[in-house]
Amino acid sequence: MLVSILRRHLRPYGGLIAGVIVFQFGQAIASLFLPALNADIIDRGIATGDTGYILQVGGVMLLITLVQIACAIIAVYFGARVAMAFGRDLRASVFAQVGAFSEREVSDFTPPSLITRTTNDVQQVQMLVLMTSTMLVSAPMLSIGGIIMAVQQDVGLSWIMAVAIPVLLLAVGAIISRMVPLFRLMQERIDTVNRVLREQLSGIRVVRAFVREPLERERFARANRDLTATALTAGRLFALMFPIVLLVLNASSVAVLWFGAYRIESGEMQVGALTAFLTYLIQILMAVLMATFIAVLLPRAAVSADRIGEVLATPSSVVPPSDPVTTLDVSGRVELRGVEFSYPGAEHPVLSSIDLLAEPGTMTAIIGSTGSGKTTLVTLLPRLIDATGGEVLIDGVDVRRLDPDLLWSRIGYVPQRAFLFSGTVASNLRFGKPEATDDELWAALEIAQAADFVRAMPGGLEAPISQGGTTVSGGQRQRLSIARALVKRPGIYLFDDSFSALDTATDARLRAALRREVGDATLIVVAQRVATVQGADQIVVLDDGLIVGRGTHAELLEICPTYLEIVDSQLRQEVGS
Amino acid sequence: MTTAPPRPAGPPPGQRRPMGGPMGGMQGMPAEKAMTFGPSAQRLVGRLRPERAMVSIVIVFGVLSVLLSVAGPALLGLATNIIVDGVFGPTGSGGLVGEGTGIDFAALQLLLGGVMLVYVFSSVLAWAQAYVLNGVTQRTVYRLRDEVQAKLDRLPLTYFDRVQRGEVLSRVTNDIDNISQTLQQTLSQLLTSVLTVLGVATMMIVISPLLALVALVMIPLTLIITAVIAKRSQKLFVAQWAYTGELNAQIEETFTGHALVKVFGRQREVEERFRQKNEELYEASFGAQFVSGIIMPAIMFVGNLTYVAVAVVGAVLVTTGTMTIGGVQAFIQYSRQFTQPLSQLGSMANLLQSGVASAERVFELLDADEQSPDAHPPLTPTTTSGRMVFEGVSFRYEPETPLIDDLSLVAEPGQTIAIVGPTGAGKTTLVNLMMRFYELDGGRITLDGIDIASMTRDTLRSRMGMVLQDTWLFGGTIRDNIAYGRPDATEDEILDAAKATFVDRFVHSLPEGYDTVLDEDGSNVSAGEKQLLTIARAFLARPSVLILDEATSAVDTRTEVLVQHAMAALRRDRTSFVIAHRLSTIRDADLILVMEAGSIVEQGTHDELIAASGAYARLYEAQFASPSGEA
Repeated sequence: MLVSILRRHLRPYGGLIAGVIVFQFGQAIASLFLPALNADIIDRGIATGDTGYILQVGGVMLLITLVQIACAIIAVYFGARVAMAFGRDLRASVFAQVGAFSEREVSDFTPPSLITRTTNDVQQVQMLVLMTSTMLVSAPMLSIGGIIMAVQQDVGLSWIMAVAIPVLLLAVGAIISRMVPLFRLMQERIDTVNRVLREQLSGIRVVRAFVREPLERERFARANRDLTATALTAGRLFALMFPIVLLVLNASSVAVLWFGAYRIESGEMQVGALTAFLTYLIQILMAVLMATFIAVLLPRAAVSADRIGEVLATPSSVVPPSDPVTTLDVSGRVELRGVEFSYPGAEHPVLSSIDLLAEPGTMTAIIGSTGSGKTTLVTLLPRLIDATGGEVLIDGVDVRRLDPDLLWSRIGYVPQRAFLFSGTVASNLRFGKPEATDDELWAALEIAQAADFVRAMPGGLEAPISQGGTTVSGGQRQRLSIARALVKRPGIYLFDDSFSALDTATDARLRAALRREVGDATLIVVAQRVATVQGADQIVVLDDGLIVGRGTHAELLEICPTYLEIVDSQLRQEVGS
Repeated sequence: MTTAPPRPAGPPPGQRRPMGGPMGGMQGMPAEKAMTFGPSAQRLVGRLRPERAMVSIVIVFGVLSVLLSVAGPALLGLATNIIVDGVFGPTGSGGLVGEGTGIDFAALQLLLGGVMLVYVFSSVLAWAQAYVLNGVTQRTVYRLRDEVQAKLDRLPLTYFDRVQRGEVLSRVTNDIDNISQTLQQTLSQLLTSVLTVLGVATMMIVISPLLALVALVMIPLTLIITAVIAKRSQKLFVAQWAYTGELNAQIEETFTGHALVKVFGRQREVEERFRQKNEELYEASFGAQFVSGIIMPAIMFVGNLTYVAVAVVGAVLVTTGTMTIGGVQAFIQYSRQFTQPLSQLGSMANLLQSGVASAERVFELLDADEQSPDAHPPLTPTTTSGRMVFEGVSFRYEPETPLIDDLSLVAEPGQTIAIVGPTGAGKTTLVNLMMRFYELDGGRITLDGIDIASMTRDTLRSRMGMVLQDTWLFGGTIRDNIAYGRPDATEDEILDAAKATFVDRFVHSLPEGYDTVLDEDGSNVSAGEKQLLTIARAFLARPSVLILDEATSAVDTRTEVLVQHAMAALRRDRTSFVIAHRLSTIRDADLILVMEAGSIVEQGTHDELIAASGAYARLYEAQFASPSGEA
């Protein structure tokens, strides 16, 4: 997964990557020349006391250094560009992919997980690209170049490298391979600490009401201890890394001096070559070390890439039409013909053989127990999900053939969970109609029974709303969410159990105002309370995905036992009183 | 991610490099500009105080390790001298002329053996230091997390109303993570870098004061360059993390409101906003990486400049016989070693500033105002009858707007008190006051004759039972969730509670029964079943006063009947406060309180209130008025 993501998203930056390689190569070559010149200075300059020669070679050295610096800076420039552009693009494609998802995919992945995948996971892979393009690219060049140069200085000592490099690789490899599972475990334990704390924060009232603080503390302490224990173990392994690398490095230098001395004694080698050899040896080993650091990043980036890849590889179950219908009558007639919906692999359909007709100017109520398929039915209309069988028609056109923008402009949707965006009351109300005037906003607020409290808020329409709308109460949030849909003035309204947080009096006033103000629209209302649905022109009773009753309140009382049961449970005392 | 990876600038024996510590990658590092860098940094260092002894050991090991690794090249230089002497004849006797008498291998062996020993010791010390330091860091971070969690227990609930949950979480996880990383990477780095610079500088001066003068010029030069560049890159890093935060908030909001974005046709605008923020983040993070990436090459350049200067001056010194070749060789090694810690110190500035910014955020949380401490000595009611009295209670969130104003009421033992009123009338606030989630601004509440403010919160709450609209369950088994309020309950007691509250019936239909583990959002049981579980939980806790929020909006009608029955069972023989949504259920209440805008506008029994034809009567009518009739 890592490889394919890298390949796909790095392709546009082939030029920049080539630049990185060229300039890193230049830098590597330059830095490889320096020890040779250094040896030259010692052998021919210092040894013969030729200051002029030293200055001459020194000048060349400075020149090469300048080239090296220039290459390094350009390489960092290109490298940083590649890595950050890669991150930006990857983020954008994950974001766009999630945007195309239907509600099904979103709820399968869960929003928090999608958020982490778009931000944190992308960051991990981006980090790997950054480190690779600014550091790792030069490592093989430095190693190979170093080997060539060292061998040129003295072939007889090369065997030391042949011993040192594998020893180093083995040692570092052994440490890293032990660290990988620890890292994975540590990530899981960080997750646990997060989860425990999140749970404690969301249940803080219950925790305090049941005097469970000491036990919750213990639960957190356990997660904290586990995390610390793993971090300690990983840290101890990591503590071994540098001392071992240092030791191999230093032992090699000693070996070079010892065996070099013999070769110098026998006249096979010069003193300057010895120093140069020493320098190259260390350069090679440093390159190996550098590569190992990136190897540490690799497992985490690979895990992240898998998580990103899952998102990118999941097709949306709702696909916009290739040849959309872009004009539509304005009536707002809704029709469902033999609609069926089931999750893939599920033996039991959520909805089956649903036939429904909702005419403009009427109110259709849908009632039924939890899990009867009410919400699913409503989400089929704006294509938050697609039916797996049958047709959903608006003004006679299948929603799957409609231009999505046209479709959505016709529907005012109030979801079960009232969610407000951060901004102001006004910016939320204008969500579906950016050009709406203040008067239009107030009109919508009046219908939604929200005008009074908005007026009382400091700033009125411009009163700030925090993310998720946590600054207003549940009932207020629900009414603002209703007003938001009303501002759009669409032909079809979908209320998915949108009156649940309202007290009964407000609920009744709101429904009356709706009838009065948007009576010519098609209203579809999902509800739990019989009082809410009582006055509807048509009540549809759902049970286990099937329509088991249809008619007015009075009709259903006669013919539909399921409805009677619902009414009984709720209204018996009230009606009977 | 705030620090550019160091690149090898030649042979740096005895060097540790600032690479990703065991905390791995650097996720979501919040990098606000540290407002008060000094005090927060000091306080962070102060957190190490319990580890004093260990820190001293680390410093001793560090000093020894640096000393040894600094001694290494000097000894290697001596070895080179032996070789050179063997080839060219004794140095120091004037130039490199004549023939040597052959290399003194015995001396060389002795010397190299010594060098090897020094290196082995140096590595062992480096390992010991890293080992101890790892413990110091992890334990410090453990304590920090623990303290923050303990602090959360002492914070008043008003704090959590004000601060977003994600914000608190981020401080405990991201910021503490960031601190851990900063400590892990900078503590040892800071120590070894400074010690190495000092050690190397000393050795240079010992070998040749003149050459040292040439080489040490690079210290101020490096510092100036680093300061200039780091100042610019720091701004960009701050911007990078600020944009990351903004983008994160935007993504979170968009994904959470996914359906709305679609149906309201806002996908394009949302994508455009995302694109802009993403572009800003790209520019800032590219800039940060690029600018900070210049530090290393710049220091390398200064290093090479020094190198050539040292070589030239060194050559002159050798030809004039003032220095040996080995001496120059060693010196060159040292000047190389010098570059590394200097550039590391430079690159650490970012990490440090980011870490201190995080520390500041954590300290801010630790310093937040706590709820008032429990009374000393606390009083405990001698009876558990459950008589609750409000005497002129007032409470306000914001100074200007009173939420509850001069409220008085008496709940006799065993009575059912119903509270009705429109959204925002202060019903929930009343519950919060009874549970002492909020402190009163005036008046007092007594339970069985004792002011609840003079009891410990634990005593009060262990006598109160609560079933709220928000059916919070934790991610454990059904059994553990029922026993939440009384962890010592026996299996029989749990079963009795479950049976009394209709939990037993649906639990039997679950394949694993009471051992069914509820997942995090409790999606494997229905909303109504969750509500039943919270009732069973309160039932088992056997409180003397009960608070019930009757909202059962998300519950299907069949379950709702069960919930009503279960609540009735729970209320039996207990003083109960019922926040009522359906007036039908409270007609039998002993007392009905009608609340509006924080005050009780009416109280009495159902019949009395209907007869009074006031607010309650209007509410009652509105509830049963047919909505179609009003149209």
